[in-house]
Amino acid sequence: MRRLRIVGVAAGLLLMGACSNFQPWVKPYERDRLADPIMSWDRDATSAAFMDHVYESREGSRGATGSAGGGCGCN
Amino acid sequence: MIRAARRSLPLAAFAALASLLLGRAANADVLPDNRADLFFSKYSGGGMDINTYTASARAKFSDQFAVDYSYLVDKVSGASVDVLSNASVIKDERKQNSVTFTFVHDKTTYALSYSNSKERDYISNTPSFTLSQDMFGDLTTVTLGFSRSRDEVGENDGTADNPNVIWLGHAESRSYTVGVSQILTRNLISGVTVEVITDDGYLANPYRSIRYLDPNSGKGYSLASQTYPDTRTSTSVEGRLKYYLPYRAAAAVTYRYFRDTWSIVGNTLEFDYTQPIYTRWILEGRFRYYQQGHASFYSDLFPYANYQNFEGRDKDLAASKNYTIGGKATYAWLPDGWKVFKRSTLSLDVSEIIFKYSDFTDIKDYNNTPAGGNYAPGTEPLYHFKATVVQVFLSAFF
Repeated sequence: MRRLRIVGVAAGLLLMGACSNFQPWVKPYERDRLADPIMSWDRDATSAAFMDHVYESREGSRGATGSAGGGCGCN
Repeated sequence: MIRAARRSLPLAAFAALASLLLGRAANADVLPDNRADLFFSKYSGGGMDINTYTASARAKFSDQFAVDYSYLVDKVSGASVDVLSNASVIKDERKQNSVTFTFVHDKTTYALSYSNSKERDYISNTPSFTLSQDMFGDLTTVTLGFSRSRDEVGENDGTADNPNVIWLGHAESRSYTVGVSQILTRNLISGVTVEVITDDGYLANPYRSIRYLDPNSGKGYSLASQTYPDTRTSTSVEGRLKYYLPYRAAAAVTYRYFRDTWSIVGNTLEFDYTQPIYTRWILEGRFRYYQQGHASFYSDLFPYANYQNFEGRDKDLAASKNYTIGGKATYAWLPDGWKVFKRSTLSLDVSEIIFKYSDFTDIKDYNNTPAGGNYAPGTEPLYHFKATVVQVFLSAFF
């Protein structure tokens, strides 16, 4: 058990070292397309939150889409 | 041996997590530009008209600290079919104030928000906290979120113009979110979000009613108050992919799976396409499909009054499908800026949504059969309606 704990700590330290020297497979200078505004998940947060609220007030499902605002949508 | 190995795993996992969170990064996160938005939307469908007006602004006070504020007003008139079945018409207004403080330190973004929503018969207060961490050479962003809302639920027992609000109780909700955004290739980005929400308190909609067979009634049925469970826990899992096409356009697909302790299971699938035209226009198209099964305590028509402990006939709990087709055009009308503004855009977004219900009938016109007589209870046509959502907004970046 003690040996396994040492192995666990060693693996963690190894990961720490690996992460500090992590080489991303998509380099920063290759991310020009991903930085284009058309690749943003939600370019307009107000509009996205509004549509989430429209659906959440009329469907049984909710969540995992960002903020849907308050209110009950009772009417 | 296996038990010992299991005990060492959390230690190794903790060490790995610490290495990720504490690792110094070469480039710190950057706050987005200052921004101000004026937003108007109109929802029309199912007997309701809702106009929404929003003003929002984001201001950076340093490279590390920003504040967002938004003010929203909903003006509601008309009433949905299940409210009309209970013979009441709604005219209401909702106001919402939201503020978010964002702080960036190195690769970590902290956001603390507070939102207050107030209607004549419903008050909601929601504080929330979000933490985002970039890691693995900024290929991965992990987001953790928590929010807690406390709602006061009432019912207007008077009329639209002379309200008499009776406060029925309160509801509490807690939301836990974990999200991962991952760059896969130089053209492809992905994301997964899991959100668990727990509710406790008065969860029913006081304006909607159940109906049950009643031979003593002229229509053959009567209406009564809904009774919901006092608790609900739901889990949503959403996955999404977005791909940059070779001719500067983007295509995205999103899928969400939902289930809760009321036995509602929902599936959402959405496709989006974004196409810039010349330098000033961005056009977007979307198709969304949603389907859900009914809640365990839902019925369109109960056999008799107090048939079971929990009874609901809110159409949101019924088995249903809906389809959305939408389009958006964004025009850069100040692409090179003006005075303090770096740029400005004007957007128009139009969506058509078709709602179809599989076990919710339209009882509003119970005496309008094609032959001119009355429908027997339970034989009314299934309800369906179309809604149009128009959004117009002006955004200025500075």
